[in-house]
Amino acid sequence: MSEVEIFRSEVKTWLADHCPPEMRMPITDDEICWGGRDFVFINNAQHSWLNDMAAKGWTVPAWPKAYGGGGLNGDEQKILAEELGHINARSPLQSFGISMLGPALLKYGSEQQKLLYLPQIARGEIRWCQGYSEPDAGSDLASVKTKGVDDGDDFIVSGQKVWTSYADQADWIFCLVRTEPDAPKHRGISFLLFDMKSKGVSTKPIKLISGSSPFCETFFDEVRVPKTNIIGGRGEGWTIAKYLLTHEREMIGSSDLLFGGDDVCGTARDAVGLNDDGQLDDAILRAEIGNFIVDEMAFDAHMDMTKGYMRAGNQLGARSAELKYLGTELNKTRQSLLMASGGANALTWEDAGNIVPQAPRAWLRSKGNSIEGGTSEIMLSILSKAILKMPS
Amino acid sequence: MDFKLNEDRRMLDETLTRFLADKYEITKRNEIAYSDAGHDANIWKEIAELGIIGALFTEDEGGFSGEGFDIALVFEALGKALCPEPFLGALLAGKALVAGGADHATMLEDIVTGAKIGAVGFEEEASHYELAHVASKATKNADGYELDGVKSVVTHAQIADVIIVSARLSGDVDDTAGLALFAVPAGVDGLSIRDYNNVDGGRAGEVILSKVKIASNALIAEGEAAFALLETLAGYAHLALSAEGLGIMEVMKLQTLEFLKLRTQFGVPIGKFQVLQHRMVDLVLEIEQARSAVINAATLSDDAVIRGKNLSAAKLTIGETGHKVAEEAIQLHGGIGMTWEMPVSHYAKRLVMIDHQFGDEDYHLARYIELSKSA
Ligand SMILES: Cc1cc2nc3c(=O)[nH]c(=O)nc-3n(C[C@H](O)[C@H](O)[C@H](O)COP(=O)(O)OP(=O)(O)OC[C@H]3O[C@@H](n4cnc5c(N)ncnc54)[C@H](O)[C@@H]3O)c2cc1C
Ligand SMILES: Cc1cc2nc3c(=O)[nH]c(=O)nc-3n(C[C@H](O)[C@H](O)[C@H](O)COP(=O)(O)OP(=O)(O)OC[C@H]3O[C@@H](n4cnc5c(N)ncnc54)[C@H](O)[C@@H]3O)c2cc1C
Repeated sequence: MSEVEIFRSEVKTWLADHCPPEMRMPITDDEICWGGRDFVFINNAQHSWLNDMAAKGWTVPAWPKAYGGGGLNGDEQKILAEELGHINARSPLQSFGISMLGPALLKYGSEQQKLLYLPQIARGEIRWCQGYSEPDAGSDLASVKTKGVDDGDDFIVSGQKVWTSYADQADWIFCLVRTEPDAPKHRGISFLLFDMKSKGVSTKPIKLISGSSPFCETFFDEVRVPKTNIIGGRGEGWTIAKYLLTHEREMIGSSDLLFGGDDVCGTARDAVGLNDDGQLDDAILRAEIGNFIVDEMAFDAHMDMTKGYMRAGNQLGARSAELKYLGTELNKTRQSLLMASGGANALTWEDAGNIVPQAPRAWLRSKGNSIEGGTSEIMLSILSKAILKMPS
Repeated sequence: MDFKLNEDRRMLDETLTRFLADKYEITKRNEIAYSDAGHDANIWKEIAELGIIGALFTEDEGGFSGEGFDIALVFEALGKALCPEPFLGALLAGKALVAGGADHATMLEDIVTGAKIGAVGFEEEASHYELAHVASKATKNADGYELDGVKSVVTHAQIADVIIVSARLSGDVDDTAGLALFAVPAGVDGLSIRDYNNVDGGRAGEVILSKVKIASNALIAEGEAAFALLETLAGYAHLALSAEGLGIMEVMKLQTLEFLKLRTQFGVPIGKFQVLQHRMVDLVLEIEQARSAVINAATLSDDAVIRGKNLSAAKLTIGETGHKVAEEAIQLHGGIGMTWEMPVSHYAKRLVMIDHQFGDEDYHLARYIELSKSA
């Protein structure tokens, strides 16, 4: 057996022993493991799956072992992902720490910072939120106003963030703060980390179109943040912020949450039925779904190639905007088709016996996909500048 | 509607629009629409006293108009206010009772004055908008009929005094022959309702008919006449819902346009970005096209094929345009468009849900093609 084959058989055996049956079932939003100080595990299986995977370093297989990762090379990462896929294993840990902050720390953090923060992220001990957007700084993110006033060993942070996903449940925040008020817009921002339990931090959930409140307004009233909590140098926050965004976009574009949901064909078949030829008994919906599936196949192939490119150690950079744009627009189409399959039943929530129970909430949520992490318009602008080199 | 706006029509429009704007300020509207009742009985009473429901019916039927343009005008105004009151039920149950003749005259009168509330249950879990896809059974016996089955997503079922349901006297699911329509009074033995809130506010329910015994004069129509009546009633729904959708889009257009002018990013109002300008103009043009489609439909041509085609064309156009307007309005608002606090999100939900009532865009495209074949 080659080394790769040996690795695959080891992975198979280990997963067979350690992935509990409950963790091999399709996952709903309520069953996601986010980790963090206050996280309540839904059952023992979820808890042991996280602990066992974290002990192997496989919550973050590509990260170096020294920081809690698996230290796997590109081939090994691919094998692990495939084997997890074969048994339909749930992700042991979803976290903004893994998908967003981690990559930024790996690139820009000091050795001390890496050793401090990364293992906690890998083990799911600290849950992070993203303090970027402000009421007047959305697409124009570099105009953030939250200020950090120099006070000896600390910054005193005051201001407001908005749309902070899960701020009310997060332990720590990574935050864009203007610490150099006299510098040009893009050079006055620092990238700070701080505890959400710090004095002066408060959050207020925002109610969404679907009635749930996954994001918040976040307020800082003279929050004291040690200067050692800065990543990179003073005024270098924008570079780090943008780098982190490429990882966020890659995450949104390739998210299992986007693509692991209800299967369009199966749902439509159950809801609409088949005709005598064994085709979906609605010619127009059938054609629309056909078109969607073809697009999805192309996207999947695109994604596979992109993943290979990244496993080979390359960074996506501006091309993350491509994935983000294509993936989220595709997901919105998918959600609309699931709604269409439901017919009149899609007017009702899941508890009303809707025949496509998850559809209305997922459909409403998907409207945010082309806004969060940078809007579709901003993605297209980035691509036209960075890839097509259009004059600006 | 701004078509054939004669003096009477202008007055009706003004009275209704002012009344609705006053009663359904958006926060108040949301409280009402997402409440357990799903509507406001007191406001409904005031609407009844204003006599507005009469606009949906001819003088012979006890109203004062019944013309397609007045039906459209009323529903466009309802759309602008996201009004959750049972107007559609009044229109459809009322027209069904008209067809039912003398035995239903008292109930009809009460519907037209607004003293009673009507609802219709034509959909079943597996119908997917097909009016003849009826599995519910009606059995004739010595005293009348016995009904068994479940009608799905019946809007305002819980508060209705009468529910017009389709059921099958004979034949298989999808046969047009063998159908019948009945007026089922609220509270009759064997009738139960499992009600719930809709995604866009308002309330609906599964109407469960279990050995429901009704008198023989509860029958409104049977056989091919029943199917023809179902189609006529659905046609009224197509017009009403299309006009409601148009009213909603008009409001969303203004909300979005205003936002583009007010919201500043990169030091300029976002309406300065040419991509957004073009997208906004596109929306406005599509809404104008949709308005034309609704006006076509409101003529309610005497030629059944032309009428049916116009109605499907309108509902299809509103469905398509509605999806686009909802999508774009949220997108152009950015994060704030996803929030409960912004009216635009509630308008977007109702707008898309209109496509899930009485046939979505796919259904009406197929129906339009089918009707074109016979022309
Ligand atoms: C579900 C969800 C979760 C989120 N989670 C977080 C989070 O955890 N942390 C966080 O910091 N933020 C978060 N956000 C915020 C998100 O990043 C912002 O909403 C987004 O960047 C857009 O900013 P905005 O809402 O201010 O919209 P605006 O920037 O005001 O945009 C309004 C419209 O104008 C368009 N526009 C703006 N500028 C241009 C331009 N130059 N050219 C063309 N069109 C333009 C936009 O594309 C959009 O259509 C979240 C948002 C959503 C919807
Ligand atoms: C069939 C035909 C018949 C014609 N007949 C006549 C005639 O009888 N008399 C006459 O005088 N001319 C005539 N024209 C010329 C016509 O008016 C010009 O071609 C037209 O005005 C565009 O100018 P242009 O070719 O210089 O293209 P450009 O102006 O260079 O445009 C190139 C592209 O850029 C786009 N563009 C330009 N400016 C903007 C902007 N600000 N924002 C966004 N996009 C922009 C355009 O839409 C186009 O896609 C005719 C052209 C055609 C094709």
